[in-house]
Amino acid sequence: MYTGDTIAAIATALSPAGINVIRISGENAFSVTASLFRSARGKDFSKIRSGSVSYGFIEFEGEVLDEVLMLKMAAPHTYTCEDVTEIHTHGGILVTKRVLEAILLSGARLAESGEFTKRAFLNGRIDLSQAEAVMDVIGSGSDLARRNSMKQLRGDLREMIGRIRESIILETAHIEAALDDPEHISLDGFTETLLPKVNGLLEELKSLLASFDTGKIIKDGLNVVIAGRPNAGKSSLLNALLKEERAIVTSVAGTTRDTISESLDIGGLVLNLTDTAGIRQSGDLVESIGIDRALKAAAEAQLILYLIDSPLGVTDEDKDNLKSFSDKKVILIYNKDDLVKCTGDAPLGIEHSVRISALTGDGIEELKELIKSMFLAGTLTAGHDMILTNVRHAGHIREAVDSLTLVKSGIESGVDEDLLSIDLMDAYKALGMVTGEEYRDDLADKIFSTFCMGK
Amino acid sequence: MVYEKHDVIVIGAGHAGCEAALACARLGLSTLIFTMSVDNIAMMPCNPNIGGTSKGHLVREVDALGGEMGRNIDRTFIQSRMLNTSKGPAVQSLRAQADKKDYSASMRKVLEETPLLTIRQDEVVDILVENPVDDSVDSKRKISGVRTVSGNTYPSRAVILCTGVYLDSRCIYGEVSVPSGPSGLPRSTHLSDSLRELGLPVRRFKTGTPARIAKSSIDFSKMEEQQGDEHVVPFSFENINKDMDKDQESCWLTYTNLETHKIIRDNIDRSPLYNGRIEGVGPRYCPSIEDKVMRFAEKERHQVFIEPEGRYTEEMYISGMSSSLPEDVQYAMYRSVPGLENAVIVRNAYAIEYDCIDALCLKHTLECKDIDGLYSAGQANGSSGYEEAAAQGIIAGINAALSLLGKQPLVLDRSDAYIGVLIDDLVTKSTPEPYRMMTSRAEYRLLLRQDNADLRLADYGHRVGLLSDERYEDVCYKRSLIDSEIERVKTVGVSSSKEVADFLSGFDSTPISDGAILFDLIKRPELSYEALAPLDPERPEIRPDIAAQINIEIKYEGYIKRQKIQVAAFKKLEEKMIPPTLDYDLVPSLRIEARQKLKAIRPASIGQASRISGVSPADVNILLIYLGRGDFKSE
Repeated sequence: MYTGDTIAAIATALSPAGINVIRISGENAFSVTASLFRSARGKDFSKIRSGSVSYGFIEFEGEVLDEVLMLKMAAPHTYTCEDVTEIHTHGGILVTKRVLEAILLSGARLAESGEFTKRAFLNGRIDLSQAEAVMDVIGSGSDLARRNSMKQLRGDLREMIGRIRESIILETAHIEAALDDPEHISLDGFTETLLPKVNGLLEELKSLLASFDTGKIIKDGLNVVIAGRPNAGKSSLLNALLKEERAIVTSVAGTTRDTISESLDIGGLVLNLTDTAGIRQSGDLVESIGIDRALKAAAEAQLILYLIDSPLGVTDEDKDNLKSFSDKKVILIYNKDDLVKCTGDAPLGIEHSVRISALTGDGIEELKELIKSMFLAGTLTAGHDMILTNVRHAGHIREAVDSLTLVKSGIESGVDEDLLSIDLMDAYKALGMVTGEEYRDDLADKIFSTFCMGK
Repeated sequence: MVYEKHDVIVIGAGHAGCEAALACARLGLSTLIFTMSVDNIAMMPCNPNIGGTSKGHLVREVDALGGEMGRNIDRTFIQSRMLNTSKGPAVQSLRAQADKKDYSASMRKVLEETPLLTIRQDEVVDILVENPVDDSVDSKRKISGVRTVSGNTYPSRAVILCTGVYLDSRCIYGEVSVPSGPSGLPRSTHLSDSLRELGLPVRRFKTGTPARIAKSSIDFSKMEEQQGDEHVVPFSFENINKDMDKDQESCWLTYTNLETHKIIRDNIDRSPLYNGRIEGVGPRYCPSIEDKVMRFAEKERHQVFIEPEGRYTEEMYISGMSSSLPEDVQYAMYRSVPGLENAVIVRNAYAIEYDCIDALCLKHTLECKDIDGLYSAGQANGSSGYEEAAAQGIIAGINAALSLLGKQPLVLDRSDAYIGVLIDDLVTKSTPEPYRMMTSRAEYRLLLRQDNADLRLADYGHRVGLLSDERYEDVCYKRSLIDSEIERVKTVGVSSSKEVADFLSGFDSTPISDGAILFDLIKRPELSYEALAPLDPERPEIRPDIAAQINIEIKYEGYIKRQKIQVAAFKKLEEKMIPPTLDYDLVPSLRIEARQKLKAIRPASIGQASRISGVSPADVNILLIYLGRGDFKSE
């Protein structure tokens, strides 16, 4: 039987609503899943029967990412004839992508288009006519993916990756030229100059990876939390926002039962809205759990819509709450503007505010425009040099970071230069995957063009 | 007239031809080798040395398969050095200066003493083939023999082309252009046409050589002396535990200077390389001095090595200054170099243009895809270098023999040997220049070290029948000792006593706090398996070459493991064979460029297909699926 490495992908068309399915296939499918999945009934993964559905959680690095259903299917009676697991996520696009990332960080790689079907065919699962359709998919899909990949790469990102690759191959060529022609080209003192260069590249790539979160906003949507004191009109605001957009999705309970998540598209920018329990000091245990969760949701949000109950004005409690959001982007929303106009300066110098009536819908359009201007017109991007938006790109950049980290530790522990060169080239190839450049004879070309070799 | 039939005819007795002919004859086939000049068998027309970075690996591999080059240089070297000793074991390489005459004579003697091998001085002008028996796809033309310039026919079942740089060659310097082979030897004028008529893709390459200068005219006091290693390591594994020490000759180092460069620049329009009189494509790795000066204008000096051509000759090889400039410019330029002020030139530097074939028309066995029984090796395939030639020669010889004996062919892949990398590159990538081996071309080089070539290749050499039982048994013994000894040191504990601490501090190694495993101590950069012997009282007696293997295997364990994982992935695709008769026009969805390339090259495996430039991963996937219908569907 044809067995490949372990691959994973989101098998459903990504919808912000409802259930998304991630499929994992290959010899490590079970071990990868077992490392992330915790059964609600505390059942050990190995004890779960093939063909059965289990309810539980995906946990990664100590954090619960989602509440899921997990299907375990042992080879050979699966679509690909390999061990397969399917994870049905419930938390929407963003959560699904985070689960996928966790899987990719745990030992699977992202499947190419048509790859599950390819394996199914190679293992005799489907017939030729089906397979021919798949060949077309691979043919067109790869072109499309390449085109998309090019488009996704902003010019400055492409330029940056190109520059880093150039720098890597130049250093490698120096090592290789010296190895091939030790009498003409010396490596004396080479690693001392290489170390700061590698550190510099690592720093650049790591900060690029850090921007991955920001980049995901554009791609996966903006996490918006609606907060405010009880009865400030949070649910009404949510409904008002949703009402305007007919294409809204069913509401899905998130992992925290008392926050409600919805997604809507406001002209190019997807908002993943979470309505929280009202935040106020409370002696009631159940309510305080809800409040804790609301605060936690707020902490993960990229934008907070904070509602002021206009008739009550900005209370001390509001001011306290807003203080805890001081490191967040906040829009202050004066609700019930149709009843009472709230006057006075915005508290804590909050820059953005808007007056609405969630009940009549007045001001909702203004609010959306404000959000768009904040996040699409460059306010957000201005603070960052580069934005990385693509899971695949991030994966390859992470590989490059790993390889360069090996180079760094290799230099520090005095490893031979010819071994450093192997890791350098791994980083070079990984970055080439981001820009879609194939590796052929680049190294030999670089050696000859840069170094005067030989007899 | 028509002579008696031979099994194999080898055309050319250079480094490829000698290995090919020896392999065939030693495997029991009647073999006839043609040479333009019996006095010049295994001649070294350019540099007077064997080995060097990555080339040394090739020599070791040829030896591990049962070839002759390693043994011959061990017999005839006059200086030997291990290069890159300050670097990792994977890139250390042996290089030996040869006594050229002695090397040639010694190889000639081996050929002459080999049963079933006949040497004939004559010029082959035609390769004779039989037409296919029918017009089915599988039916191909078949070798029937060769014809010599005198019109005589020599029938044979296989022919191995080892024509070096002799096909329609031309030696050029300045305005002088001589229709000859290297060193004024006669060239072959008709064989190129015969190859074209057979439909082989013939192309034109170029290479060059520096002047030879009389030793008595050189002032060595102005140069740095370079001596050989005190302890000589042999090339051949057969000699590995023998004492190789002998009197060695020195090489000398000097430099070009700004005046040299000015002379060259002022006369650059008289260089055939620059005024268009040379059309052939030259190698980038051994550029002529005029190329170096023009391309690397910022460099103020270039190294020049003065190397002896032999013990009993005045001629010295001026390494680093190959050229095709006119004679008067050559004099001026060489004489501008310190120590060469009064240089007397014995032979001019020259460039040589020659015909060779594009090796894309060959299989990995080095047999022609379209003509059964026609093999090709060495510079005829667009490579460069004695070692590259010998490596191909032995593979072509082995495969011609195996095929005539009705046995499975021998194909070394990129994870087996540098030879595998060399041949795969030649038959997969249309190399745009004479191809030279480089360590950077071997992606699994940590596994392909010169020190373990015997461990890697003895199974092949023995299975084929070239490697003696005695040598094979030694390798098996070596292997089992390495394995058991590595396992053993994993179980040897080292205490944290005062003596141990003192011992370690002698190596500047940090003391151990609560005991350690010997295996882990060996990994420390400042320690080694050999150095730790005093802490290992139970250690059996181990030969130095075996101890070195144990040390390397342990020290580089992490990197070696990683490369082995990569090799496993590589092998999966290598093992998916593509039927040679596959009609790529029937494969849907391939991109046009990929389809053209695949049709032209007809790769043997999915792995080879994936290395063809212009074939994308998507095309490879499509091929995989298409082929899934037949051969390698589920087992």
